[in-house]
Amino acid sequence: MAKPKPKMVTVYIMGEAFEVPEGSTIITALEYVGFQLKKGVGCREGFCGACATVYREKGDHKLKGGLACQTVVKDGMVISQIPFVPAEKPVYDIEELEPNIDTIKEFYPEVFRCVACNTCTKACPQEIKVMDYIQALKRGDIARAADLSFDCIRCGLCALRCPAEIVQYNAAMLAQRLYGRYLAKKSEELDRRIEEIKEGKYDKELDKLMKMDKRELSELYYSREIKL
Amino acid sequence: MYPDYMLESIKKVEETRPKRIELAKLKGTQIFPRMTEEEREEILRKFHPDYKETAKRELRVGVNKGEKVTKEVAELLESYARINPDDFDLTEWDYDTDVLVVGAGSAGLSASIIAAQNGMNVLLVTKLRLGDSNSMMAQGGIQAADQPDDSPVLHYLDVIGGGHFDNKPELVRALVTDGPDAIKWLEELGVMFDKNPDGSMMVAPGGGTCRKRMHSARDYTGAAICRVLRDEVYNNPDKIKYVEYTAIVELIKDDSGQVVGAIGYHLETKKYCVIRAKAVIIATGGFGRLHIQGFETTNHYGATADGLVIAYRAGANLLYMDSVQYHPTGAVFPQQILGFLCTEKLRSLGAQPVNKDGELFVYPLEPRDVEAAAFIRECTERGKGVYTPYDRVGIWLDTPLIDILNGEGTVAKKFPAMARQFRRFDIDITRYPILVYPTLHYQNGGIEINDRAETSLPGLYVAGEASGGVHGRNRLMGNSQLDLIVFGRRAGFYAAEHIKSGVKIGRMSLEHVKEYEKEVEALGVDRSHIAPIILPNYIPDHVRAKQKTAEYFGTLL
Repeated sequence: MAKPKPKMVTVYIMGEAFEVPEGSTIITALEYVGFQLKKGVGCREGFCGACATVYREKGDHKLKGGLACQTVVKDGMVISQIPFVPAEKPVYDIEELEPNIDTIKEFYPEVFRCVACNTCTKACPQEIKVMDYIQALKRGDIARAADLSFDCIRCGLCALRCPAEIVQYNAAMLAQRLYGRYLAKKSEELDRRIEEIKEGKYDKELDKLMKMDKRELSELYYSREIKL
Repeated sequence: MYPDYMLESIKKVEETRPKRIELAKLKGTQIFPRMTEEEREEILRKFHPDYKETAKRELRVGVNKGEKVTKEVAELLESYARINPDDFDLTEWDYDTDVLVVGAGSAGLSASIIAAQNGMNVLLVTKLRLGDSNSMMAQGGIQAADQPDDSPVLHYLDVIGGGHFDNKPELVRALVTDGPDAIKWLEELGVMFDKNPDGSMMVAPGGGTCRKRMHSARDYTGAAICRVLRDEVYNNPDKIKYVEYTAIVELIKDDSGQVVGAIGYHLETKKYCVIRAKAVIIATGGFGRLHIQGFETTNHYGATADGLVIAYRAGANLLYMDSVQYHPTGAVFPQQILGFLCTEKLRSLGAQPVNKDGELFVYPLEPRDVEAAAFIRECTERGKGVYTPYDRVGIWLDTPLIDILNGEGTVAKKFPAMARQFRRFDIDITRYPILVYPTLHYQNGGIEINDRAETSLPGLYVAGEASGGVHGRNRLMGNSQLDLIVFGRRAGFYAAEHIKSGVKIGRMSLEHVKEYEKEVEALGVDRSHIAPIILPNYIPDHVRAKQKTAEYFGTLL
């Protein structure tokens, strides 16, 4: 089957009209018309949050947010990229913190000004219930905030739209680290294995493996027991 | 959503599904015979892209001259510098630091944190933003032998067998024995791993592993790790300074042959800077954006092997640059996500690869090169692939099995990224299979290091994908995430040790660049071949033809 000739649509990049193939993402549309991107682009697969974009669709007054690498252009779309959000990130020593509401109050007092308007949730391209995790933080429920915010890629669109000037994604980062460091139950097996390695339990066997030639290793490898 | 003719093939997948479910319930992942050593060798020889006659050629410059390497790598290395060394006055510098770390993925971030903890002043330089890296995009997991039925010895065997026994033994040992401690370190920094109610780690099998050893953080494992490391770097502003949007384009050596700094280039202001350092750690990642053999890639926009180029020019030797990893499951449909990663963990948790008639044809968890070769055979020699409207071919990965075998909600809980990726294009992966084909994923080889992350050049350290030797000629799932942490930390630590033992910086020089260029010139290479590339260029030809005064520094073609 021959590659079908693409239908073209008109998009407005920073207000200026360009013709691009239908089905393009915002990133590929920008490149199609001749931009060599340096900012507002990153992993190109929806994991890094570098390509936050604000756009408006034809006939609609609402400003929407999306990731440029994941959002398909529509005819008449008006696009403006936001490569950087000048949000504050307080400095802390994770070893000195306690996983409770006072820590949230100390570093992110603005969280408590949340007016529960849900604008952040609507702005999130990751479908995260942003307002819900902010509410959890207000209650000091670090575990729930960490869980709800887990898929955050820190694109910054929530913070840009927030009327209470909350930097949701940085507060989420703190909650996640507090959870991982203090609230998650620790693995005894892991500690035991670290001890065993330190004591040199595996050294002899590893010494032996390191001296083996390819043939010996191969025999051992293909005959090893597989328990999955 | 899929067009009608593809749905016809999906019907066949649905028809064979009940029998395959029975098989999986009976045999777990063992639903198809694993290949023997001979079978593996044969399928690789016949179908793996590395084994094509045209895949490699002899490298004609530098310390590895005469060795066969991947053709695109040879083109990249046989290139001129972006700068004229004579334009630089190296008796003055813009930055003076103990350790210069180049690249801000998980290896560079780990190295920075550890070097700082060991009393060093660190300058962390990246050509995009902190954390912009392949590390951030890793989905499936990180290996470490911490389970009671597992051991570093078994991990060692898996790593070296998967790598065709070409791995450097001391590096494999470092990888597997540091593994559990690396996980502990990450957790203490606040990484949220998937855990069982008793606090033990939730683990899954991976391709080529003999035990369940894959630790995960949903299917955002790389992001969960990398964002914590980045946050920790932000938390150390006194010890770690960072500079973004600045590419390192050459290393600086002194008259004793030590690496003592680098030249940086700011992408937007186009200003160059001179950086003086007592040690340099390269953590620049791999080469996915070279699109070797025209393959799509899972890699970050910045994966252009810059570190490889500058280290090689400075005289560091390379290992296994004849070997490329194609991840078996890159997305083929829809067109917008062509080549994107579909994590191996999907197969770990029961998704089965099947052909257009819904038939099983391979054990789902062979090492990556073998699995990829089997997919290619199915689509080429056997003609059992499914074509997309854009003339791309792939085989089905039967993802609805995951919820069927592990309980409803498993996909939602363990694969939020995957489910979201396809949902954005109206495909529900709990109801429909996804179409996949091998995609360019990982640079198996790189700059040779030892277990202290040292290169053949004093003062130069390498960690992560840019290094060579850890994974031999084929890396297993979850070992790159571990590699980043293990060798990132080692690089930071040993660079600090090296500096503490007393480093005297002599007269700084770019003479090695001139010498290297003489070799390139003698080959008659065209002056338009410039590296490092820094960023790929995806502007279509008809547009580029009109950009008559634009600079396409480093464009390969």
